[in-house]
Amino acid sequence: MNVLGLVNYWAFIFLMMVGFYILISQGNLIKKIVGLSIFQTSVFILYISMGKIRGGTAPILMSEGDPVYSNPLPHVLILTAIVVGVATTALGLSLVVRIHEAYGTIEEDEIHDHDLA
Amino acid sequence: MLAVTALALLKLRNLFAVAMLAGIYSLLSAGLFVALDAVDVAFTEAAVGAGISTILLLGTLSLVGHDQKKSTRSSVVPLLVVLVTGSILVYGTLDMPPYGDPGNPAHHHVAPHYLEESEHEIGIPNVVTSVLASYRGYDTMGETTVIFTAMVGVLLLMGGVRRREGSATLDGKPDREGDAHGG
Repeated sequence: MNVLGLVNYWAFIFLMMVGFYILISQGNLIKKIVGLSIFQTSVFILYISMGKIRGGTAPILMSEGDPVYSNPLPHVLILTAIVVGVATTALGLSLVVRIHEAYGTIEEDEIHDHDLA
Repeated sequence: MLAVTALALLKLRNLFAVAMLAGIYSLLSAGLFVALDAVDVAFTEAAVGAGISTILLLGTLSLVGHDQKKSTRSSVVPLLVVLVTGSILVYGTLDMPPYGDPGNPAHHHVAPHYLEESEHEIGIPNVVTSVLASYRGYDTMGETTVIFTAMVGVLLLMGGVRRREGSATLDGKPDREGDAHGG
């Protein structure tokens, strides 16, 4: 098993887990959405790093030379995912605004208290 | 650097600083995408992740205020969940092929076909564009549907806010226009 070849995956998993921790430990709804987008971006980096070939170049065809191109397929999938991610963020933030209008707060604890009272 | 930014995000309680740091995180990851040969992804991330997301966050903050209250809940259970999830993911990577190896299975399915044939079949030098718009065009159409649905949702949610506030106080806030437009 080549440990050095896996270290970059572990670094991206660490970033993912920081985002996940922000998402589940913070009571503030905006902070939760930021944590979700950190998680998303880290997954994107993980995907893109799988498409990288050592010594490769960006997959734009060149007429001269015989270059090695990195795998274009993960790039395409992540382009779609980035745009879907911002749509999710926009919808989440507008839900936060709506919750703030209904409860007057964006702290999860206070919303629970409000519901129980 | 990405890790430092993410950890700072965890600790900060001023939400304006959080929004700015989220933008910086996106920009740093865009730089990393360039280093990983994904130039198209890099400029989409810089424009959409660092640009539009930050504008959306700031627009929301102008409506809901920007201070996070100190949380009283314990952080033991979330930490435990995160550690367990992280170790399962690390266990999953043990079977992954090493980083950057040209012999990885991912590089031997349809990717060589795209790289060799797309110039004759599509005629665009940028392989990412021809895959996105032609080979996987249905994906892109589905993506457009998702954006449309999200935009309808945002407009319905925000439109309701504007109508009720307008009838109560008679002063519409212009900040909300940016939100609805960006979604």
